[in-house]
Amino acid sequence: MERARTGRRYDAIVVGGGHNGLVCAAYLARAGRDVLVLERRHVLGGAAASEEVFPGFTYSVYSYVVSLLRPWILRELELARHGLEIIPLDCSFSPLPDGRSLARWGDPQRTRREIEVFSRRDAEVYPEYGRTMMHMGRFVKPLIDAPAPEPTSLRPGDLAGLLALGRRLGDLPRDLRTRLQQMMTMSAADFLDLWFESDVLKAPMSVSGIIGTFQGVRSPGTAYVLLHHYMGEIDGAFRAWGFAKGGTGAVSAAIASAARAAGAEIRTEAPVERVLVAGGEARGVVLAGGEELRARTVVSGVDPRLTFLGLVGEEHLPGELCERIRNYKLRGSSGKVNLALDHLPEFRSRPGIGPHLKGDIAIAPSLDYLERAFDQAKYGDFSKRPYVNVVIPSLSDPSVAPPGKHVMSCFVQYAPYHLAEGAEGWPARREAFGDAVVATLEQHAPGLSDAILHRQVLTPWDMERELGLGEGNIFHGELSLEQLAFLRPAPGWARYRTPLPGLWMCASGTHPGGGVMGAPGALAARAMLKAGAV
Amino acid sequence: MPLPSPFHARTAPLCESYRWKDWAGYCAVCAYDTPADGEYFALRQASGLIDVTPLFKVAVTGADAAELLSWVWTRDVRKLAPGRVAYGPWCDERGQVLDDGTVTCWEPGRYRVTSAEPCYAWLAREARGWDVELAEETARVAALALQGPTARAVLRELLGDEAAQLGYFHAARFALDGPAGTNAIGVEVTRTGYTGDLGYELWVAAEHALALWDALLGAGRDHGLQPVGLDALDVARVEAGFILGGVDYTSARNALIPSQRSTPYELGLGWAVHPERGPFIGREALRREKARGPRRALVGLELDWQALEQLYASYGLPPHLSTAAWRTPVPVYAGGAQVGRATSGAWSPTLKKNLALATVGAAQAALGTRLAIEVTVEHERRTVPATVVRRPFFDPPRKRA
Repeated sequence: MERARTGRRYDAIVVGGGHNGLVCAAYLARAGRDVLVLERRHVLGGAAASEEVFPGFTYSVYSYVVSLLRPWILRELELARHGLEIIPLDCSFSPLPDGRSLARWGDPQRTRREIEVFSRRDAEVYPEYGRTMMHMGRFVKPLIDAPAPEPTSLRPGDLAGLLALGRRLGDLPRDLRTRLQQMMTMSAADFLDLWFESDVLKAPMSVSGIIGTFQGVRSPGTAYVLLHHYMGEIDGAFRAWGFAKGGTGAVSAAIASAARAAGAEIRTEAPVERVLVAGGEARGVVLAGGEELRARTVVSGVDPRLTFLGLVGEEHLPGELCERIRNYKLRGSSGKVNLALDHLPEFRSRPGIGPHLKGDIAIAPSLDYLERAFDQAKYGDFSKRPYVNVVIPSLSDPSVAPPGKHVMSCFVQYAPYHLAEGAEGWPARREAFGDAVVATLEQHAPGLSDAILHRQVLTPWDMERELGLGEGNIFHGELSLEQLAFLRPAPGWARYRTPLPGLWMCASGTHPGGGVMGAPGALAARAMLKAGAV
Repeated sequence: MPLPSPFHARTAPLCESYRWKDWAGYCAVCAYDTPADGEYFALRQASGLIDVTPLFKVAVTGADAAELLSWVWTRDVRKLAPGRVAYGPWCDERGQVLDDGTVTCWEPGRYRVTSAEPCYAWLAREARGWDVELAEETARVAALALQGPTARAVLRELLGDEAAQLGYFHAARFALDGPAGTNAIGVEVTRTGYTGDLGYELWVAAEHALALWDALLGAGRDHGLQPVGLDALDVARVEAGFILGGVDYTSARNALIPSQRSTPYELGLGWAVHPERGPFIGREALRREKARGPRRALVGLELDWQALEQLYASYGLPPHLSTAAWRTPVPVYAGGAQVGRATSGAWSPTLKKNLALATVGAAQAALGTRLAIEVTVEHERRTVPATVVRRPFFDPPRKRA
C-alpha cells in the first residue's frame, strides 16, 4: 500500500504465486531486480501446495509427487538450504482385480521376477526399454532446459540452436531415431505394444502418456508424453520420483524462501483483477478492490487463456493470437481425492503394510480398462471405474499425519471439466465422483471406506475456481505435440514474450510445459533479463 | 531383495561370515568363513562346492534347435556332438558381444544354454519360423560346481567310474540314489567350470537340490571337499584368465556409448568366431573386424613384483597383498600415455604372482610388451611395471586330463 501511494514502480510484478511464478521471481530478484509476487490465495504454490485441510493431516492438495523439478534450479536456488527435502519413491504397485499384482522396484532383478509372472519375454525386455527411454530422454532433456527452438526464425542464434538440435538428432543411432519418430506419432498403447506383450505391464506404463490430457491411451500422440515423464530426475538420476517432505507445498515454500532471501516481495491474498494497459503496453496491475501497482514488466504466472482473455483483454491483443488462445486445449481431465485415514487398509492382492505401499499405486489393470475409462469421459461423464494413482506419503514422511494415521492421495482420471450438462454440473456430482473413486479402491483394498476420517474431493471445476487453472487443466494446457515447444502457447510466442509490450509469461502454459518443473519460470526470467525487459 | 537359491537351507547355516551378495537376483555366499583363504586353497588343493544356480539357463529343443543356436551364436552348434559342451560369445548385428556362456548338446535337438544375463527373450525373438521350443529353467534347475584336484574322486564316489571319466567339455546324465525310500534322482554332469582346474558342474531339478548337496558333501568327506563362496571363485577365475561380463567387458545391450562395446576379437574370443561359415548374427561385421584386426585386445598382465615391493618400501611399508580379487578398473600406461585399463585382478597364492586382466590397444597386446599399471599406495597414485603374459595364467594338466 505504501509503495502504491508513493507511486513506486517495480521492475517486475509476477501475477500468481505458483511454483513457476516464484521461480521466476527468485531468479529476477537474484539478478538484483525489484520484484513483487501477487498471489490470490492465502497459501503460496498454486497447485503445488500443502494444506492442513483436516486437523492433523497435511494434504498435498493437488500436485503430489516431485520428479520433473529441474536439478539445476534446485542447485542454483539452493532449495535444500531453503528447506526442501525429497524422499524417493522406490516402487510402482499395480493391484489386479483377479488377486494378482505387479510391483516394479528399484531392484532390477526383483522387477524382472515380478514381470516374469506375466511374461518372461517382457521381463527381459523391460530394462532395455528403460535404457532406450533414457537415451531418448537425454536427447530431449536439453530441449526442456532451454528456450524452445524457433524453426521460423532466421536469427543467427536461433539457426545455430536449430543446427545443434539437428546435429544431435543426426548423432542418434538409427534405431533410436526410429523410436523417436514412433514416439512423436503413436499412441502410448501402440508404442508399448511394440515392446511388450503383457497387458498387466503395459497398462500402468501407459498412463504416463495420458496424465493431464483429455486423451485415451489409444489416442495417437500420447506416446511422446511417456517420454516427458521419463525425464523425471532426482539428483540427476532419470526416472526417479519422490515426495517432498511436508508435502508438495514444501517445494513452493523453499522457492519462496529463496526468492525472499534474494529480496523479492511476496503478497498473498492479493488477487489481481486485470493487467493495467496504457499506451499499448502493460504498465502494472489492478488488484480486486482497486489498488493499482506499477511495474516496468508484468509477468503472468497463470495460464495463457486467463492471461490474455482474462487479465489483459482481447481489445489489447492481435485477433490471431486471441483465436489461437480460444482454441488452446485446456479441457482438464483429472480430479483429486484426498483422504485422511484412521489406519491403512491392506490390499487384497498383496496383504500386509509393506514397501509396496510406499511408492505409487496404480489402479490400471488393463489397457481396455483405461480406454473404457476414457470412453465415458469422451461423452461428458466421469469414469465410473477410473484410473487412480494413489500415494500414501505418510508412510515415508510421518510429519504429514498423526502417529499411526495416514494420508492417502488419489489422482483420478477421467474427470472431464466439460460434463455433458456443463461444468456447472460438477458441484452436484462432486460427491458421486468421490464415491466412485472410493468404490474403485475398495475393490482392491476392502475396508478402506471404514478407515476414512475425512475426504476432500476436487474436480476440475473446483481447481478452476480455487486455483484459477483454466478448465481445471493441471498443466496449463495439454502436453500434446501441437501445444508444445515452439507452439506453446502459440506459434511465434513461445519465448515467454507476448504481443503486448511489457507483458511476459512464465508458467506451465509456456515451454517446456507443465509439471512441478520450474523450467518455464527460470527460462522466462533468463529471457527477460537477456532482453533487458526488467 | 535377492531370493534364496534351492541350496539356501544348507548354505545359510554354513555362512558364518554373514557376507552375501546379489548374484542375478539370488543370495550368493561371498565367503563362508573369514578370511576366505581356506576356501581358495580347497579349490586348488582339494575340491570346492559352489552354488552356481544363478547362472541363467534356457532349454532349447526341437528339430531346428541347432539351427537357431548356430544363428545366434558365433560358433557352429550343428557341429556340436551329443554329449559335448561348447563355450563362446553371442553378438548383436554389429558384431558386438552381448554375453558369453556355454551350450550343451544332450542329444540331437536338445540343448541347454547358460549365460550371465537373461537370454530367453533374445532367443525367442530370433526363433521365428523355426521348429524350436524354449524353456527358461533358471529357477527350475539347481546347479553346483564341483571344482578342484579331488573333484574326480568325489564324483566317482557319488556317481561311479563312468561319471568320473567324463572328458573335458563332455556332458552326460546319471542317476543318483535318492535318500532312503525315494526314487533315483537324475543328475546332469558337465565337465566344465570357472576355475580353470579339474572340475564338473552338476545340474539337478530344484526339488532335489538338497539331496544332491548332501550326497556330494558325503561323497567328498574323505577328499577335502568343502563349500566355497564367490570370493575364492573370483581369485580362481582370474588365475584361469576367464573374463567376466559386466566386469571385464560390457554387454552391448548395456553399453551406453559405442566405446563401451566389444567384439569377440577384442575380448580374445576370436578362436570361437567362424565368420566364414553360414550366416549368423553379426557375421558381416565380424568378417570385417577379422580382416581389419581388432583395435583393442584383452590381455593378461603380470605386475613386476620387485618394483611393487620397492614402491611400498619407499613409503616404509611392506607390499600389501589382498586375499580377495579386485574389480575396480585402473589405468594402464605405455610410455606415460594411457593405453587401456585393467579391469580385474588378484594376487595368485598358487602362482605367487600379481595378476590382472586388461584391455589395451592392439599395439600393446603382444606377449612380453612392457606396460605400467596404476597402483595406489597411501592414497597416492603411482604406477608399477607390468608385462603382457599368456592366459590362462594357471593351467594345470589335470584340467583336461
